[in-house]
Amino acid sequence: MALIEVKDLEKTYYNDGVATPVLRDVSFTINEGEFVAIMGPSGSGKSTLLHILGFLDEHTTGEYRFDGKTMNDYSKEEIAHVRNKKMGFVFQAFNLLPRTTVLENVKLPLLYSGIKKSMRDELALKAIESVGLSHRVHHESSQLSGGEKQRVAIARALVNKPNVIFADEPTGNLDSKSGQIVMEFIQKLNEEEGHTIILITHETYTAEHAQRIIHILDGKIESDKKVEHRHKARDHFKK
Amino acid sequence: MLNDNFTTALAGLQANKSRSALTILGIVIGITAIILVMSVGQGAEDLILNQIRGLGSQTVIVEPGREPSGPSSFAELFTDSLKQKDVDALLKPSNVQGVKDLTPAVMQVVPVTFENETIRTNVIGASDLIAKILDIFPREGAFFTDDDIRQKASVAVIGSEVKNKLFGPFDALGEKIKVKGLTFRIVGILPPKGQVSLFDADDMVVVPYTTAQQYLAGINYFNAIMIRAESEDIVPRVVRDIELILRETHGIDDPDKDDFHVTTQADAAERVQTVTGILSILLVSVAAISLVVGGIGIMNIMLVSVSERTREIGLRKALGATENDIMTQFLLEAVMLTALGGIVGIILGAAFSFLASIILSRIVALG
Repeated sequence: MALIEVKDLEKTYYNDGVATPVLRDVSFTINEGEFVAIMGPSGSGKSTLLHILGFLDEHTTGEYRFDGKTMNDYSKEEIAHVRNKKMGFVFQAFNLLPRTTVLENVKLPLLYSGIKKSMRDELALKAIESVGLSHRVHHESSQLSGGEKQRVAIARALVNKPNVIFADEPTGNLDSKSGQIVMEFIQKLNEEEGHTIILITHETYTAEHAQRIIHILDGKIESDKKVEHRHKARDHFKK
Repeated sequence: MLNDNFTTALAGLQANKSRSALTILGIVIGITAIILVMSVGQGAEDLILNQIRGLGSQTVIVEPGREPSGPSSFAELFTDSLKQKDVDALLKPSNVQGVKDLTPAVMQVVPVTFENETIRTNVIGASDLIAKILDIFPREGAFFTDDDIRQKASVAVIGSEVKNKLFGPFDALGEKIKVKGLTFRIVGILPPKGQVSLFDADDMVVVPYTTAQQYLAGINYFNAIMIRAESEDIVPRVVRDIELILRETHGIDDPDKDDFHVTTQADAAERVQTVTGILSILLVSVAAISLVVGGIGIMNIMLVSVSERTREIGLRKALGATENDIMTQFLLEAVMLTALGGIVGIILGAAFSFLASIILSRIVALG
């Protein structure tokens, strides 16, 4: 079933009357349960695309349907609700709240989801356990390593059991070993839990953990191919 | 949900403890200043009113001229309108009922000399009944008599401060002093009493009003007529009777053309209240400015806080916070800062007011 449908999508920024096209003629479909990497050099428009897919930004023309509905079908409140319930975000810079514990950070989306207070700790602890950080629950985010921070961010993204997790360069700020661990968890989420994952990266190696790679160059889709030889993050450690 | 927002806002404030503390400082100072100014103002007003009431709420003062409506018009007109015939008319029980004591008064500030010592002081020409009206009786000697008044005798009763200044520790009773060059014999010395209404009872010399009129002032009218009514309740009736009788003796039909005015302690108290009220408003508005500045401080900090935390806001929105959630969070932060500042300010203001009341009462007790 198609979770994400993009058709003839265009995005143009207007600055002082100067039009800067960022995305042109972008069309693709992503089904539930897929693991897709969107690849391209910096400035190619891949982050803009992710923002549009995550309802964080609006496109100029064309159509984007998430779960069968466009952004215009929702009110502002409902969009916030969709982001909260159906989407999870992992950012390059982790974006954890400073001076706040791991548990509080992971609980943050639950705060906006109307889930009972008594349930929140349980859900958050489960999410933290699934990224293997149970021993860090009460640490402040600043006391964690980069890889651990990103895993906290992943736990935060999946605490509300979203349909899709958007990961924007999740390994960009990490050393290769920490990056591998993060990729392992992302792959596990896709394969074992069935989460749809959309991964943004400029590294071919990272992108090849996905099932499918969409290449973007200068705002246009250059290629959209299945990955022939997928990397398995877990195999990496066996070597 | 509000509860959650509350927790979030509190966490936001705790994350920036020193900044939060500095922000509320403005509010604390503003509230403290307002409370302090208001309570000290109220205290001072009560103090003055108590002193005025010290003269006795039964006291009625008749003065020449229209009631002053401004500084320039003060008793300018008809300064000579109160004469002996008015006093006689007011003394008739059939004219004004309920008059207990009455004295005309002639007031002057003149030099008073004993040997080489000269001071300027209030010399009040009155009858001996002024003692009852001001409730001050000689601690040595006695007031002059009706005979002294009739004979325009050169006798004087002096206040305690006048005695101290001219005689120091030495005996003053029976000594001769010069008032405006004329020799007076001291027949009585008043005890210390302090300010009584408009009079500083310690810094005055009382002589028979007839003597004051003829030898000191050279006038045939009075500066005031002081009356003590039998009780506080009948004061309004006494005032009305006085006005009616004086209009009759002065041949005035139109109350707007009165050449005299009657003041009661209630009037005097009211006037003081007006003045202190204006003063309080002035001071409170100055203090209010500091409160406004404190409020601007909070606005400023919240603005900085919002722009400094755009990342956090963006993140929260990505995680599903609505614009309402974000707004509530920041508004709650501001409200909590203000409330905390207000509470601290109220406590400090009360504490300082208490201190001020102790200090003020000490000063008054000493004075």
